[in-house]
Formats: sequence, structure tokens, C-alpha cells
Amino acid sequence: MESMNHGLGVDIAFLLLATLAVVTGWRVFRTDSMVRASFFLLVSFIAVGVIMILLAAEYLGVAMFFMMAVEMTVMALFMVMFMMNPAGLNPMNMVHQERIAIGAGVAGFLILGAMALLAIFPDQPVPAGLEPVRSLGNEMLGDSMLIFESAGLVLLTTMIGVVVLSSHRGRYGAAAEGSMPPGLEPGGDPAGKPEEDEEGEGGHHHHHH
Amino acid sequence: MTLTTLLLLAAALIGIGIYGALSQQSFVMLMMGLELILNGVMLAAVAFWAFSGAGAPEGQLLTIIVMAVMAIEMAMGFALVVAVFRGKQADMTESLTGLKH
Repeated sequence: MESMNHGLGVDIAFLLLATLAVVTGWRVFRTDSMVRASFFLLVSFIAVGVIMILLAAEYLGVAMFFMMAVEMTVMALFMVMFMMNPAGLNPMNMVHQERIAIGAGVAGFLILGAMALLAIFPDQPVPAGLEPVRSLGNEMLGDSMLIFESAGLVLLTTMIGVVVLSSHRGRYGAAAEGSMPPGLEPGGDPAGKPEEDEEGEGGHHHHHH
Repeated sequence: MTLTTLLLLAAALIGIGIYGALSQQSFVMLMMGLELILNGVMLAAVAFWAFSGAGAPEGQLLTIIVMAVMAIEMAMGFALVVAVFRGKQADMTESLTGLKH
């Protein structure tokens, strides 16, 4: 069906990588350890990155390795910071509306899979003489420079937004004001004391007659 | 490795991602579902570029833009996790009841 010719080795590698990507992607939501989940996701991304390299998109594949290695490390750190059970010492499965979620996931796969199998896409493989990295570079700093630069500007905006959102000083006063830990069971008493403000709230009230 | 098998793999990754994004209670796990969806999208974009796009560079550029979207999603997601944790001392979606009727 495709005119791009490649050896049997590429097909075997693709099959193994595809299996790895799907299995590790699935294990992300089936492991007790949150840190392990983020590394499973990393493996899934790296498998897809290698497939991209097999498809001659070397730059994108390698960019994927670097980006995802850093992202997933950050993700693992956040897991340790926020989760009650980052190491997976206890069995855990924290899900809600699972049946709807399974249905939506299966439906998504079936619809997209049917499109992949039934739709007729043009058969126009990458021309033999094309240098993918050079052509991408020429595009990013040529015709599509405005798009590429807008992505940079949006990233800068994101950085500002992130600092505002995660600041100790919230929009309506201290971000942690009135913060209570959740109950041990739904609707139960808070599982500890409310967090004390290190400045002491009392001092503020006296100044605001 | 044909366009069809690549798109089927992308569809599987997107399907698993949809399941994760809808089912997980922890915000960070929910973000992992979103990441998996974008993983499938990037793979599909590269597959189309390689088999159907005649090597048009915009196909690769689209993947770069999806990578930027992914970075933005991660950064904003983590900032929101921090903000929610400050207010509720938990990173569970169930702790956000402020807009419930």
C-alpha cells in the first residue's frame, strides 16, 4: 500500500516499539506508584520518539527525548510533593466515573481506528532527496517564522501566568487562607489542623480599623 | 510500518489518554492522560507528514507547535495544582466543589 520501501528490520522495530508505547501508556494508570507512573509515561514517549526517528523525522524524535525526560522528571517530583502515596507501598486506584471513562476511551479508539482503516489518504511519501531537518529549519525561520515566534511569546505569557497562579499571595488575600485538609472519608472531619499562616493574621486586622 | 498501522497506534494512545483524563482523581494523573492524547496527536502528525504530505515542512512544524502546547499544558497544570493545594491541601479533583450548584 505504501511506496516508501524499508527493510523488515524497521517493521519489527516498529511493532516492538508500538507494543511498548501502548503497554507502558496503559500501565501509567494501572500502577500503584505515582513515580513509576510518570516513568512509564516517559517510556511511552521515548518509544514514540524512536518511531518518529524511524519515519526520518530525526529532529522531532530527538527533541521528544529531551523534552519528555525533563518533563517526566518534573512530574515525578510533583508526585512526591503532592501525593499521599508516591512510592506505591499500598495498593491504590483513585478513579471516578470509571465506566464512562472506559466507554469514552474505547469509543475514541474505535472512531479514530475506523478512520485510519477506512479513510483514503493520499499516498505521497517524503521525496527521496529531502533533508527533513534542513527543511524544518528553513520553514521555522522562513515562511512560518511568525507562527514559531508566536509559540515563544505564548510560552513567555505562560511563565507569567504560572508565577501569578502559584504565588503565595492569592487573588483574594493569602492563597492558603482558610485552607483545611480534606477529611479522611468523604464529608468527614478534616484530617489535621488548618495550616497556620507564618505571618500571623492578627497583626493585619489591627491595622484595618 | 504503514500509515494505517501508525494511525492505529496513535488512536490507541489517544484512547488510553481519554480514559486517563476522564477517570483519574489526582490532577497530576489527569495531566498524564492529556499528555498521552497529545503523544498520539504528535505521532499521527508525523505519520501524515511522512506518508501523505509529500515532505511538506509544515507537517513537522505542526508537531513542534503541539510540543509547545504540551509544555504550556504542563506548566499551567502544575501551577493550578499548586494553587488548588494551597486552598484545599489536596490534589484531588473532588476537592474542588466551589462551583457546584
